[in-house]
Order: sequence, then C-alpha cells, then structure tokens
Amino acid sequence: MDSFRTESFTGNDMEILVCIKRVPDPAENEIRVAPDGSDIARDDLVYSVNEWDNYAVEEAVRLVEEQGGTVTVISVDDEQGEDTIYREMAMGAEEGRLLSDDAFAGSDGLGTARILAAAAKTGSYDLILTGAQADDGAAQVGGMLAALLDWPYASVVNLVEKNGDGTLRIGREIEGGSQEINEIETPCVLSIQTGINEPRYVGIRGIRKVASYEIPVLDGAALGIPTDSVGAAAARVRRVGYFVPEQGAGAEMIEGSIEEMAARIVDLLRAQGGIR
Amino acid sequence: MDANVFVYVAHHEGTPDDSALELATAAQRLFPGSGPTAIVAGSGIDAVCQEAAGSFGEVWKLDAEALAYPNAELLRPILVNVLPAGAIVLLPHNTFGMDLGPGLSVKLGAAYVPDVVAADALEGTTLQVVRQEFAGQVSAHVHCDVANGAILTIRPGAFPAAEGGSAGGKVVDRSADAGGISARRRFVELIEAETGDVDITREEVLVSVGRGIEDQENLELVEELSEAMGAAVSCSRPIVDAKWLDRSRQVGTSGKTVQPKVYLALGISGSFQHLGGIKGKPFMLAVNKNPKAPIFQVANVGVVADLMELLPVLTQKIRESR
Repeated sequence: MDSFRTESFTGNDMEILVCIKRVPDPAENEIRVAPDGSDIARDDLVYSVNEWDNYAVEEAVRLVEEQGGTVTVISVDDEQGEDTIYREMAMGAEEGRLLSDDAFAGSDGLGTARILAAAAKTGSYDLILTGAQADDGAAQVGGMLAALLDWPYASVVNLVEKNGDGTLRIGREIEGGSQEINEIETPCVLSIQTGINEPRYVGIRGIRKVASYEIPVLDGAALGIPTDSVGAAAARVRRVGYFVPEQGAGAEMIEGSIEEMAARIVDLLRAQGGIR
Repeated sequence: MDANVFVYVAHHEGTPDDSALELATAAQRLFPGSGPTAIVAGSGIDAVCQEAAGSFGEVWKLDAEALAYPNAELLRPILVNVLPAGAIVLLPHNTFGMDLGPGLSVKLGAAYVPDVVAADALEGTTLQVVRQEFAGQVSAHVHCDVANGAILTIRPGAFPAAEGGSAGGKVVDRSADAGGISARRRFVELIEAETGDVDITREEVLVSVGRGIEDQENLELVEELSEAMGAAVSCSRPIVDAKWLDRSRQVGTSGKTVQPKVYLALGISGSFQHLGGIKGKPFMLAVNKNPKAPIFQVANVGVVADLMELLPVLTQKIRESR
C-alpha cells in the first residue's frame, strides 16, 4: 500500500487499472423475469464483458502502446469471471486480478466500489478506467470509486490525451452530442463512453497467448476489507423484485407473411405521408 | 419521516431547465408533503433564482464566478459544505447528474439510487422506487434506506413537470459557502456538435437504423428503402459507435433531437436515451426481430421481422407503387 499514488505521474509510463464486469450479453439474450420475480431468469444466459468496459480496456491499451506503462484488468466476480478477464487481457493488458469472496455477494454499487478501491490501493496506479455504465444502467461505480480514493473524476469520457505535465486533456460526451473538454489531474478515475475508439478483435489465438498467466484471486482478507462493509448485509440499496414493464397502449402489431407485412407497411406509410 | 429534500435546478441562458420542474414532481411523489428546497448554482443567477422561487418554497443561491460552468468536481465539495446531515438530493439522470451524484453520495455518507423512473412508496425510512435494467427490457422494485440521506437521480421525462409560478418562495443566498473551493478538474471549452451533410433535425420522414441491421453491408438495404421513400437516414448510437454512419445522423439524448412526422425504426431496441431524442409524437413504425423490444411499447405500429428479409421486399413494393 506504500506505493499508492498521492501525486501526479511525471514520466511517460502510466500504470492503468481497468475495472470490468461480466454481464448477460444483450445481443445474445432476451432478458426475462424469473417465475418467482426475485431475479431475471439466469438459466442459459450467455455472458460477455459489459460493452462499455471493452472500450475502457481498448483505451487503456492504446495509451500504454503509445507511451509505455502497464494495464491491469480487475473484476469483482466468482470464478466464472476468469474467462472474461482473460478475454480482456488478450486485448493487450499485462495483468489481471479476480476480486472474489463469498462475502462480496449481493453488494450494492457502494459495496462494489469499496472492493475496487481496496484493489486500487494494492498498486500504484496513475489512472483508473471503468465503463460509463453496465447492465443495470446505474452509472455509479466509477464516481463512487473516485470519491473513496479522493481522486478527481470525469464521467462519459470520449477523449483522453496526455498533456505531458501530469494532467490529461479529456472530453466528456454531453447532451446533444457536444463535447465538454476538461483538464484533469492524475491520479484520476474516468468512466469511458462507447465510441471513444474501436475495440480490437480478440480471437481464440489471442486468448491462448494469455492463458498461461495465472490470475491472482484476491479475497476480502487479502484486500483488507471489513466484511461488514460489503455484501448483501451492508447494502442500503436492494432490488426486491423484477417485473416486465406495463405495455401501455403498445403498438398495433402487423402479422403475416413478409409479402403481406410489407404491403401493409406501404399502405400505412403512404397514409401518414411517409412516402413522398 | 420528515424528509429534508433538495432539488438541483439546472439552468440555461438565465432560465431553469425543464428538468427542475420534473424533479419538483418527483420530490412530491417520492416524499409526499416534503416541500423541497431548490438549489441554484452558477454565476450571475438572480433571474434563475427568481423564476425558481415560483416553483419552490425556498431557493438556495450558490453564486460564484468559478461556477459559471457547472463543473461537478467543484460543486460536489460545495454541496458537502452546505447540505445538512441526512439531506435527500434529487438530480437529473443526465451527464451532469452522473458526474456529480455517485461521488456526492459517498462524501455525504448517503445512499445512491440512480435513474429512478417511478415512485412506489415511502415506509418509515425505506424509500421504494422503480428502476429499469437491461435497457428497459425489465423493471425492478428497489428499496433504499434513506435514514442517513440519499442522492437520487431522476430519469428525464419520467415525471411530468410541476405547474410553476405561484409558490412565492424566498431566495436564500448561500454563496458565502461556495467560495475558496478549487477542483482538480478544470473546464476548458465546449465543442458543439456538427451538422452533417443532411440535417436530420429538419427532416419530416426518417428511416432510422439500429443494431439490428447487424452488418455494415446491410446498411445499403436501409439506404435503398430511404431513397425509395424520399426520406433521410438516421440511426441509433451503436451505428455511430461502429463508425458506420456519421455522428450527425444519431438520434438520442447524446445525439440530435428530431421532430419528424414519420419515424421508421429499424432494428432499434428503444432505449430511453434514443427515445429522448424524438419529439413531437411522430407516427412511429418499428421493425424488430425481438418481440419484447421496448420500442414496441411506444411505437404506433410494430412488425416482428428480420430486416434483411423484409427491407428488400418493402423497397420493391414502394418502387412499384410509384
């Protein structure tokens, strides 16, 4: 913990930590509510890395490839998180850590941020990246992590450049597609927006290359986390049940063969002035 | 409980943002009878405060030159200074609220509930609200212990704007608490979004394409349909992230706000960020292969179909009908 950064980096090399989350893949699954309503139906779900996190890893790897340093990927998960960490490491991260403990289960956003903050303090990182949001749309963990570390924070970041004096020039994507340019001191936490870069393709071969790396597993004791500060018991925010949103009036659904549907769509579009 | 509720009033060119009146409604529904206090922060904000006093019983003015641009990193320590213990603060769930809120909850030791879309109940110190997950595919009942305060971000458009104008509130100047704060993040400049070769904000008929098109090559099918209709092509965020279309074609809160008469949504799931960019209640026809896609809740007409099968047939029929 002695190496934990309290001052801005001065050299070129950056130690970058990227926090990732394994989530049900929205492209591969239709999300349903479990019969008892306590959770989503998790049988047969296909998981992948949270889309935003992929951009965060790519951005970290890009910064390090251009100017030196190392990228470490961490995730709060059970043992199933290993494959996700390997997949993201294959993009060019040298190190990975799995933060795993039965006591972490059921953590709310703050609990998760506390676990990540403890992991951040085991290294000497100049920059921490998270995805701007994940499957629950909360967009909370990055900002909480920064506050716990007492580091500056910027959310929905779509540009990262080094200024050379220990500060970064960053862009935030704000409403209407405008870009808010800021200068931020390091060490800092940034939540990364999709579209900031083009995440590289990771093939089987790339994953094989990192498979010999043994991912250290850090539990609550290793991280020095009081067990009553994380997990379900510490959570002040709890989901108590899921439901499918009211359909409202809903759309009038057109059915039939492709030919029939196309003919009906043409009629409707013409009636509404959609064909000119 | 006797809640001490605050509403953050975002403002633009001397006028409170629409979000402020939506937050006023949200405050009443989440904490009935609480009489929220408005917080107005900025530089030269007397007019905003006066207008806010029409909607809130009390308005706290935080006037400082450094706040001319609402930098969340500056505002957070100021709010930590001025807010009482156990405060409940409502923020808009937008890029400002996301910037400010999570860290503010940590610094205040308060709970954080982001992106609230509806109120369920308040029982003792347990606030019960509704959130959405998986881009609106499922909703969740969420309980939050607000005994030590809470920061809530409220989804834009989820609560109707309160009727303003007659509250006759008083403005309290708390600017003395806003001085002497510096931040490790400084605002530099705003780069406005560009208008592309086609200005989708002025088009009456939009053929809008989303992730369901699957492959860049398939965009040709969309362009052919749009041409046959005499329409313009717009898109949702994933298409711009993939760099298949220019950012100027993106509809949504992080893109353009459009107000067409007819909106054909092709392979667009219908996230609130996308729908937030469509105004004026156009006739909306949605095609998606997922029958549970949230877009079908808001579209006038829905079609469950594979775009790559449907689009060529549709284009052909329109050409024949000319």
